[in-house]
Formats: sequence, C-alpha cells, structure tokens
Amino acid sequence: MDRKHWPLFEVFIRSRAGLSHRHVGSLHAADADMALDHARDLYTRRSEGVSIWVIDSKSIVASDPDDNPELFEPAEDKIYRHPTFYEVPDGVENL
Amino acid sequence: MYTQGLDQRGDGKAAADRPELLARFQEKVDAEEKIEPKDWMPAEYRKTLVRQISQHAHSEIVGMLPEGNWITRAPTLKRKAILLAKVQDEAGHGLYLYSAAETLGVSRDELVEQLLTGKAKYSSIFNYPTLTWADIGAIGWLVDGAAIMNQIPLCRCSYGPYARAMVRICKEESFHQRQGYEIMLMLSRGTDAQKDMAQDALNRWWWPSLMMFGPGDADSKHTAQSMAWKIKRFTNDELRQKFVDVTVPQAEFLGLKVPDPDLRWNEETGHYEFGEIDWEEFYQVLKGNGPCNRERLEARQKAHDEGAWVREAAAAYADKQARRRAAA
Repeated sequence: MDRKHWPLFEVFIRSRAGLSHRHVGSLHAADADMALDHARDLYTRRSEGVSIWVIDSKSIVASDPDDNPELFEPAEDKIYRHPTFYEVPDGVENL
Repeated sequence: MYTQGLDQRGDGKAAADRPELLARFQEKVDAEEKIEPKDWMPAEYRKTLVRQISQHAHSEIVGMLPEGNWITRAPTLKRKAILLAKVQDEAGHGLYLYSAAETLGVSRDELVEQLLTGKAKYSSIFNYPTLTWADIGAIGWLVDGAAIMNQIPLCRCSYGPYARAMVRICKEESFHQRQGYEIMLMLSRGTDAQKDMAQDALNRWWWPSLMMFGPGDADSKHTAQSMAWKIKRFTNDELRQKFVDVTVPQAEFLGLKVPDPDLRWNEETGHYEFGEIDWEEFYQVLKGNGPCNRERLEARQKAHDEGAWVREAAAAYADKQARRRAAA
C-alpha cells in the first residue's frame, strides 16, 4: 500500500455527554490512531469535546447533489406528515 | 471534507457554455445559500477560492515564524505559555484552511509545494522582523486585529467549508488580539524604556498592518467578481477604514502616537482620514524583497526537509500495523 501521502480523515466530536457526535473538519494522518491524536490537538484545544470519532474520508459514501430532486423533493408535498397540517378545534386540549 | 476525485465535477468547461448552471449558481449565491464541495461551480470561482484559501493557510503557517522567534525569550512563564498557545492556534488555523482548500480538489502536497517554491503568496506582513518583545504585543494587537477585520465577513462567505473554517478561526482569534493589546498596555504603563519600546513597535507595524488589507479598491483586480460571488463582503478600502477607526482610539488609550502626520478625525464623515500608503514598499515585499522573505521561506523549507523522516517513519509504521492486522 502506498502510504507516502497520508490519507484524509474526517473528524467528529461529541461536545458533551448527551449530544451526538458532529462533523467538525478533516485532517491528514498516517493511520487512524494518529488521526485520533491529531484530532485531539487540532479540534479540542479549548475543551470542545469529550469523545472523538475519526473515519477515513474514502469510506464515506455521499449522495450526489444532481440527485437532489429525486431524493428530496418527494417529501416536500407531504405536508400531512407535520402536526401543523391538522385542524385542532378550540377547546380540545392535550393533543 | 471530500477527497480529491470525489468532487471533481464537470466544471472544466467554460462557464459561458453552461449558462443554465451558471444562472442557477448565481441564484443560490444571491439567495445566501452556501455552495458545498460537490455542487457545480464555475471554474473561476473554484480557482479564486483555491488561491485565496491557500494564501490564507500559508499566511497562518508562515505567521508562526515571527512569533516563534520570541517563545524562548518571553519575559515570564505566563507570557511564554500564552505565546505557545497562540502559535499553536496559528498552526491549527493553517490546517483548517488547508482542509477547506482540499475540498476544492487540490492536494495538500501541491499546496505545500506552491508555498515552498514561492509560487503561492502569503500575507506580506510576515516578512517583517520581530526585533523586540513589544513586537509580539504589536502583532497581536495590530496584525491579528487587522486579520479579524478581514476574517469576520469571511464567516459569511458563500463557500461552505471556507465559511465554517473561518467561524472556528474567528472564535479563537480574539484571544490573540487581546493578549497583544495587554502586552502593549503593560509596556505603556512601564518604564520610559518600555514605553519607547512600545512606541517603536507601533511605528514599525502600523503601516505594514494597513497594507494587510491589500491594494486600494481602484487597483484591486479581483474585488468586483469576489463581491458578486459573495466570497468578499467588503472592499479592501472599506475594511482598512474600519480598522483605522477602531484602532486609533486604542492607541490613544495606550498613550502611543500613530506614526502618521496626516491622521485626523473627520467630524463630518465620522471617520479618520489617514496618509498615503507606500504601495511601492507593499509590492516590493510581495515580490520577495521584504526584510525577511528569504529567511521565512528558508525556515519553512528546513522544517519540511527535516520533517521528511518523521512523515516516512509514520507511514512505514502504519504500513507495518496494517500488514500485521491483515496477517492476524
């Protein structure tokens, strides 16, 4: 395997217990262990996190923006999926 | 965040051949929607961003050198810890920005090579020497102050990864400016020799700080297009004026004199008027003829060369680990 060029990793940080990990950026490292070390130095210098995930960027499968109409438009006209679509008469409570 | 190859879209064709895509792109920009790495973008937009973001990254990296010069000579342990933290932040800022540039399809190695060969520029300010401890104060106060003025509008840049990197950078940058001003404050309240040192630093850093905003609007060839693309939000001259307006009262508070005989408050406009910038000096420094250009590049080249074995060893170790995992 040619590792002359360190691969790119994506970094996800959980800022505190109870919240999910969130993408914060990326970095280069020789392997995942080094990526964790670098992520700690690069993205948590001011106590921004209590947990770090790193993943090889190549392992991320992303949708194509050209597919956005097919992927996301069908949800737009389904307004009945939102509670505000329904009429609640005055006087009815706890609904 | 995306690797090369993943985001190489068919924007190689001149934008003129893709009027419908170009119109859709400008519509998004005008509506303040962000452009993300995999979205279609005009080749010129991509090129402008690669140039601007990589110059910005290089400036952060080279910017560590003038300040690093004083880490071992900081006057107290507290100042040394602060300066170390600041220089470490600059390295971090460089890395956030390189990552943002890489989302546009240029590799880290190419970017580093462009810096080392002198093909890419970095901010002219870092080619001036840090002669005294007061220079560390002046850099934090003026250079980081000017940088913040430039960077805050970049948090709203139309290109998502750049804007996100800038949000992180701006959060960290304000400590840089305050620690610099505090150094100046201590010196200006000190002995006569310390006051003189502070004044001398202001004298040397004032004009180069004003030059950081780049050429005047009449001579800035990229401004109009960058504003239309919402990469830039304010012109160079607008930002420079804002900087002068906020910084002059700060100098007055320190009891220091801004080295500009033409500086005066204009009651009518509500702005300071200031003297003509020596643009010849600016262009000379950009061309490589500043006081420290050669020294800065030599220092970067040396760090790159002397770090080569570390990069190779880390790669060899990662290979070995991968082979062991495969065999197990």
